[in-house]
Amino acid sequence: MLETLGVRSMNDLLVDIPQSLRLESLQLPNGLSEFETMAQVAALAGRNRVFADRLTFRGGGVYRRFIPAAVAAVTSKPEFYTAYTPYQAEASQGTLQAIFEYQTLIAELTGLDVSNASLYDGATAVAEAAMMAHVHNGRNEVLVSGYVHPEYVQVLRAFGDGRGIKVRKDGEPNKKTAAVIFQQPDFLGLLTDPRALTAAAHDVGALAIACVDPISLAILAPPGEYGADIAVGEGQQLGLAPSFGGPHVGFIACDKELVRKLPGRLVGTAHDAQGRRGFVLALAAREQHIRREKATSNICTNHSLCALAAAVYLTYMGPYGLRQVAEVSFKRAHNLAQRLAALPGWEPAFPERQFLNEFPVRVPKAPAVLRKLARKGILGGLDVSRWFRELKGVVTFTCTEVNDAGALDELVEALAS
Amino acid sequence: MTEPLSFELSRPAVDPPRLPDADVTGPSPSDVLPSEALRSRPPGLPRLSEPEIMRHYSRMASLNYSISENFYPLGSCTMKYNPVLNEAAAALPGFAGLHPYQDEDSVQGALELMWRLERALCAIVGVDRVTLQPAAGAHGEWTALRMIAAFHRSRKDDRTEVLVPDSAHGTNPASAALSGFHVVEVKSGADGRISLADLESKLSPHTAALMLTNPNTLGLFEREILDIAEMVHATGAMLYYDGANLNAFMGICRPGDMGFDAVHMNLHKTFTTPHGGGGPGAGPVGVKAELVPFLPAPTVERTNGHLVLDHKRPQSIGRVRSFYGNFGMLVRAYTYILAMGGDGLSQASQDAVLSANYLRKLVETDLEMPHAGPCMHEFVASAHNLHENGVRALDVAKALLDRQFYAPTVYFPLVVPEAIMVEPTETESKATLDSFAQAIKEIVAQARTDPQALHDEPKNLPVGRLDEVTAARRINAYLQGQSEDPVLRWKAPSANPPEEAC
Repeated sequence: MLETLGVRSMNDLLVDIPQSLRLESLQLPNGLSEFETMAQVAALAGRNRVFADRLTFRGGGVYRRFIPAAVAAVTSKPEFYTAYTPYQAEASQGTLQAIFEYQTLIAELTGLDVSNASLYDGATAVAEAAMMAHVHNGRNEVLVSGYVHPEYVQVLRAFGDGRGIKVRKDGEPNKKTAAVIFQQPDFLGLLTDPRALTAAAHDVGALAIACVDPISLAILAPPGEYGADIAVGEGQQLGLAPSFGGPHVGFIACDKELVRKLPGRLVGTAHDAQGRRGFVLALAAREQHIRREKATSNICTNHSLCALAAAVYLTYMGPYGLRQVAEVSFKRAHNLAQRLAALPGWEPAFPERQFLNEFPVRVPKAPAVLRKLARKGILGGLDVSRWFRELKGVVTFTCTEVNDAGALDELVEALAS
Repeated sequence: MTEPLSFELSRPAVDPPRLPDADVTGPSPSDVLPSEALRSRPPGLPRLSEPEIMRHYSRMASLNYSISENFYPLGSCTMKYNPVLNEAAAALPGFAGLHPYQDEDSVQGALELMWRLERALCAIVGVDRVTLQPAAGAHGEWTALRMIAAFHRSRKDDRTEVLVPDSAHGTNPASAALSGFHVVEVKSGADGRISLADLESKLSPHTAALMLTNPNTLGLFEREILDIAEMVHATGAMLYYDGANLNAFMGICRPGDMGFDAVHMNLHKTFTTPHGGGGPGAGPVGVKAELVPFLPAPTVERTNGHLVLDHKRPQSIGRVRSFYGNFGMLVRAYTYILAMGGDGLSQASQDAVLSANYLRKLVETDLEMPHAGPCMHEFVASAHNLHENGVRALDVAKALLDRQFYAPTVYFPLVVPEAIMVEPTETESKATLDSFAQAIKEIVAQARTDPQALHDEPKNLPVGRLDEVTAARRINAYLQGQSEDPVLRWKAPSANPPEEAC
């Protein structure tokens, strides 16, 4: 190859790099065989403690769920995972169609008109939705109502800082409010009143942004039913492993009036000269590669492969499988909540509020209790006082279809001992 | 051949999958929740059996080009082979099964991996610290600009402008604008490199940063980078490095030594985490000491051999993503770096540069080469010479698809008319490069003799060229309430009654 190029060495190709910048070598160890590499990586994995699915009662935005084998069987197809953003539509119909199906699934689930091709995570989805509201009505404040995931609010603040958008916690919306953001169920697992919150937003001309749990939508009224303008959320529960927090997938869907302000990729149908239906990237004029500094967002790629996992999961479950998963989780959580409340000194933190499958309990000596559970191989609930000072001693417990009846017994016995 | 949608394949007779029963006593949602809180009818998800689902997705997979089957010389995207070992590593239960809110004591291996990856990236790009939180390249760009804004603000220095070359990726101006900056464009000179004269005229006390890719998007190394850095720093501004082109010089030189203050990296390009059809990626940002206080929280710190997450960072720009970033991608990138080592990474970049120059040489008389070589890891050609035959870069791209090659990036960078941006990467064999060059020669010959045939391509793919103009018109009609067809999603034909109520 050097001969074809008419040069003697690689250095002749690197002449544009100033000599003073050239390195001798990288300050890194030399490469390893596959066997040695895997041994080292596996040793690191071995230094982590993995709790059994059935004995994991911690949620807080990331949940253990049954993941059908079909999900990994599809996402591990190299035709999907080694392709890139479908710039050349004719050679990317598989990815484009999968995204189109994902968009339809999310639209169906949320009851809204249009979903995009996905975002990074629930937190950035909340932030992007707030930016949409700001662009839509030109207002500079967003109101976060109730217990929204604290990390989502932190990300929202960081996004808001860049665009001069203030984030206000609680209080009433007013004429300066671009959007009211609420979570249903909230970070503690409690049900809010999304109809009232949506109406309060609309009364002052603000948008209503509902951050929702996708599995809950098999049971609960979807944002489209109560008139929210934008629905966002974290899709990890739809077939993705916890993976220490990522990669997961953020979803965003909106009313058709707001579609031009949606961030990220959108896929639509188109036809070729023979009238065959295919799929293309649509409304690209919103995006950074066309609009540059005037784009609706800087997002370039999305979380396509995670969106594919979510699509396979939802297709596998179907409407009644999803409801079964949600109902089993509901029933077990309510069973557990009752048994935990019977422990000496334990009490529901918000007894008047309803919940689905995650609920807050006031626990005496919470840190010690959680440590004791860990010693018995149980990942107990989440101590939420690290974010909310007023919730000292409050621990949220989560139940899903993976926490079988025996696991519930083990948890209660461990606590009683 | 096309594949029906899952919604079109759906059959109401299909039973839901077998799932566990609750096996405990407890209420059902409808027993305790008010009816207005409940969904009035089930979501319109398809109903398919597992064999139907698997066949559906397998057929869809077969409609894709991918690195696993095709040469994918997509300029600026670094579509190199994704080692399958990375996938095995990320799937280890010790990583995939970790809850992000486990106690630090129980995730020391994960934190150690993040720590070691940070150190390795510092060594590769020449910076002091790295945040692993950003989920993608554009997210990293924006994170870096937030840090630069915070740095200036901490010095009560009101700087409102970010300079971006006209050849830059679209994400650069978008990230700057979303970070609250006014974007000022800097022109490229005739040699394809940034014009120092134009840069000089645009730099001012208002300049917060210059965003630069080096090698630039034309695949050319900015020879005067040290002068550029001096000019930028002399005005009190910072120099930001867009790491899209990092694959060009690992072990050869480092952005930190060139004078860059903040550097983003795309783990999904240089460090072989798969592109996934458009994500997930990961876009860590490295910074020099001056910017360290502003890093997103938490950072991973080591004290007495014990690793902790440090959330108490008073000057931090805050959090840019939930939890700790795309951890699964960090595992893959770390695995790759470990396997390659310093020697392997250096060799990879040298091979990438060699491949690009070799391929450029093979096609330099077939297409126009607007700028003199040598190039770095990619080159930009122009199909402008086919203009007289009525053939455009897009036609060349579609004709390549018909010859089993994915197309290069076309019409970018914007400064080259009819641009064809080719990045072969180090993982392609000489034979592949030769066959690609041969395809270009055939296409160019065909442009001279039978241009109409090129306009009709692709012919061998599931669909021919799709009419995006009509599609856009249909979307407009929907958004303006003139049509019921949403185009952006499937909708049940109205003849089908909706499913029964819950």
